[in-house]
Amino acid sequence: MFEKSETIDVSLIKDILEQYASQPGSLITILQKAQDIYGYLPEDVIYAISDKTGIPPAKIIGIATFYAQFRFTPIGKYLIMLCEGTACHVNGSKLILKAIHDKLGISDGETSEDGLFSLKTVACLGCCSLSPAMMINGETYGALTPEKVSVILEEIRSKGGD
Amino acid sequence: MKILVGEGSCGIAAGAGKVFSALKKALPENARLEITGCIGMCWLEPIVDIYIGNKLIERLVNVSPKDASLIAQAIKTNDFSVVSDLRISSSERGFYEKQTRIALRNCGVINPENIDDYIKNGGYESLKKVVLAMTAQEVLEEIKLSGLRGRGGAGFPTWFKWNAAKDAVGDERYLICNADEGDPGAFMDRAVIESDPHSLIEGMLIGAFVIGAKEAVVYIRAEYPLAIERLKTAIRQAKQRGFLGKNILGSDFSCLIRIKAGAGAFVCGEETALIESLEGNRGMPRIKPPFPAQSGYWRKPSNINNVETFANVPWILLHGGGKYSALGTEDGKGTKVFALTGKIKRGGLVEIPLGKTLREVIFEIGDGIRDNKKIKAVQLGGPSGGCIPESLFDTVIDYKSLSETGAIMGSGGMVVMDENTCMVNMAKFFLDFTAKESCGKCTHCRIGTKRILEILERITKGEGRLEDIDILKELCFAVKDGSLCGLGQTAPNPVLTTLNYFLDEYEAHIVDKKCPAGECIALRAYEIKPEKCTGCTLCAKKCPVNAISGKVKQTHIINQDLCIKCGECHSVCRFDAVKVR
Repeated sequence: MFEKSETIDVSLIKDILEQYASQPGSLITILQKAQDIYGYLPEDVIYAISDKTGIPPAKIIGIATFYAQFRFTPIGKYLIMLCEGTACHVNGSKLILKAIHDKLGISDGETSEDGLFSLKTVACLGCCSLSPAMMINGETYGALTPEKVSVILEEIRSKGGD
Repeated sequence: MKILVGEGSCGIAAGAGKVFSALKKALPENARLEITGCIGMCWLEPIVDIYIGNKLIERLVNVSPKDASLIAQAIKTNDFSVVSDLRISSSERGFYEKQTRIALRNCGVINPENIDDYIKNGGYESLKKVVLAMTAQEVLEEIKLSGLRGRGGAGFPTWFKWNAAKDAVGDERYLICNADEGDPGAFMDRAVIESDPHSLIEGMLIGAFVIGAKEAVVYIRAEYPLAIERLKTAIRQAKQRGFLGKNILGSDFSCLIRIKAGAGAFVCGEETALIESLEGNRGMPRIKPPFPAQSGYWRKPSNINNVETFANVPWILLHGGGKYSALGTEDGKGTKVFALTGKIKRGGLVEIPLGKTLREVIFEIGDGIRDNKKIKAVQLGGPSGGCIPESLFDTVIDYKSLSETGAIMGSGGMVVMDENTCMVNMAKFFLDFTAKESCGKCTHCRIGTKRILEILERITKGEGRLEDIDILKELCFAVKDGSLCGLGQTAPNPVLTTLNYFLDEYEAHIVDKKCPAGECIALRAYEIKPEKCTGCTLCAKKCPVNAISGKVKQTHIINQDLCIKCGECHSVCRFDAVKVR
C-alpha cells in the first residue's frame, strides 16, 4: 500500500501531535493536518501518530482507509478532483474523464509522468448547476467541455512548468 | 448605492471573482462594492446586483470582467440603459419571484462575511428573544406549532427530536449540525453556509438553548472549503459580539460552536455514523436504540439536525410558528429548498412552499428542458430516492405524496432527465455509488448492493437475462430488510422505481439488446450512410482497431464484429455519414 520514495521528516507534525494527541476523538483531524503537510500519509507518519496517540497503527490504517480523503502515495502538484455526481453524470462527466485521460494519459487515482497532475474522481462537489464540474487545488471549474478541459490543463501546465 | 457581486462557489467558478476585481478597478474608491452569497440563479452567474437602500434597482447577469467599465459608467451617470444587454429578462425574474424564501431569505442579499449585514436584516433578534425572554418549553412549543420537519432526508419532526434530547437523563449534552451534504445532486447546505452562515449559527444556538447543550459541533464536508472559511469567520464575529460563548447576551446560557471537517464518507450522513466519525473512528452506524437523544456523542444525549432545518429556526421564532405552518400542506408544513439540476434550462436553488407540484417547479420555475428534448423523468432524493416519470409530474411535493411514488423528499436534489438519459444506466450509476459507499457492516448491504450492481452492469452490456428482473426485485427487498441504517434501507430505491416506471427500458436492453436512450455504449452500433459517405478515408485511418474498410472515393463499411464502439469514426466524420443506432 505504501510507496517509499523519499525520506520523510516526521518532525513536521510535532506541533500537530502536541496540540491534538491527548484530545480524544482527534485522530481524523490529525490525519487531515498531516496530509495537508505531506500531501499524503506516509508510513513513517502513521507510526509517529501511533507513538504519540497510543492508537495501534493497524487501527489508524483501518480508519484512514475508510475515508475517501486519505491517500497513501504522493500526488502531483495539482490534484484534479473530477465530479461524478448525479447532475455531472447526466451532463456528461464521462466525456470529461476521457478528455483528461487523452490530455494527460492518467486515469482515476493516477499521477502524470511529469508529476504535475493527479486525478481523483469524487462523488459530488456540490456545484451541480455548473455540471460537469471539477476542482483543481481548491478552485472550481464548471460547465466543462472536452475542449475547455484541454485549455484549462494546458494553462496550468504552462504555469506549473516554470 | 451598493453593488453586490454573487460570490458563492458557483459564482466564483463562473468568474465572479474576476468580475469583482475588474469592478473594483473601474469604480471610484468610495463606491460600496461588496460580495454576497448565492442567489440561486446559477445559470446566470456571474450576477451583479445594484441596490439603493434595501431596494434592488438593477440585476445584471452573465457579466464578464470586460463589462466592468460600462457598469461603472452606468453607476456614475445613474443611466443603466448602456448596460441593458446585461439586464435580467422579465421571464428569468420569474424564477425568483415564484419562490418563497425562508431558509434562503438572506442568500444573495447580504454579505456573508459581515455580521452587521445579518443583524440589519433581523439577525440574532430571535436569539435575543429566546435567551432573554423565553423558556426552553416555550421555544419547543413554537417549533412544534411550526410543524418543521428535518430537511436532511428523514423528515422527522424537529420538536420531537429536541424534546427527546432535552428530557434525556444526563448532565452534559451536545448539539450537532449535519453539514456532510453527501447526496450527489444536492447543494443547498453549502449555499446556506456560504451565503448566510449566521443563520445556521443562530438556529443552532436556539436548538442548544432548548436541549441545554453547552457545546455544539458542525460536521462539514472537507470538499466545501469556502463554506468552512465563511463559517469560521462567522463564528469569530459572533463570539466578538457576545452571541456565542459564555453568558450569551448577558443571560446564563453559554454555548460554544466548533467545526469538524468530514473526511469523505457518504454513510456519515447517517447520524450514528456521523457520531462515530466525530469520535475519530470509522463512520459505521450504531445499532438503534439507544437513539442519539439518549446516548449519542461520547454516549451523552445528543441532537443532530441538518443545515437547512437550523436555517429555518430563527425565522420561525421571529415570525411565529403559526406563520410557518400556514405554508405547505397537512403533511408537510413550510418551505423546502430544492437543487434543480440536470437537463433543465434554469438550474439553481429553489425554495418553495410544500404543496406545489413537480410540474410547477420543473416547468414554471425551471422553464423546462434544454435543447427542445423530450423530458423523461426527475430523480429525487439522490441515491436513497427514486426516479419519477413525467406522467406523475402532477404529484404534490410533500413527504407523503412523494413516498407514495417510491421516491422520497430526501435532502432536495432534483435532477431532471431527458430522452437521452438511460434509466437502467441511471440505476447502475446510483448502485455503483452505494456499493462503494456501503460501510460494510451489514452483509445484505455490503454484498447485496454489489450483486445488484453486477446484474445492472450485465444488462447495460447487453448480457442481461429475462430472469434478472425477478432476481433484482428479490435482492432489492432483501437489502432493504437486512440493513441497519438508511443507506442500505434506501439503496435499492433507484432500482425499484426504474423497474416500476421504466420496465420497458430494462426489457429493451435484455430482449432486443438495445438501449432506447442510446447511452449504453456496448449496445450501440455505428453504421456508415452510403448516401453521405464521400470515401475520404478519414474514419478508416482513425479507427483504432481497423474495423473500417473501403477504397478512396468509395463508400466505406464498418465490420461490426471488429468494432469496439469507441465512436471515433462518428466524431471525426466531416460529412455526418456515420449513424449511431
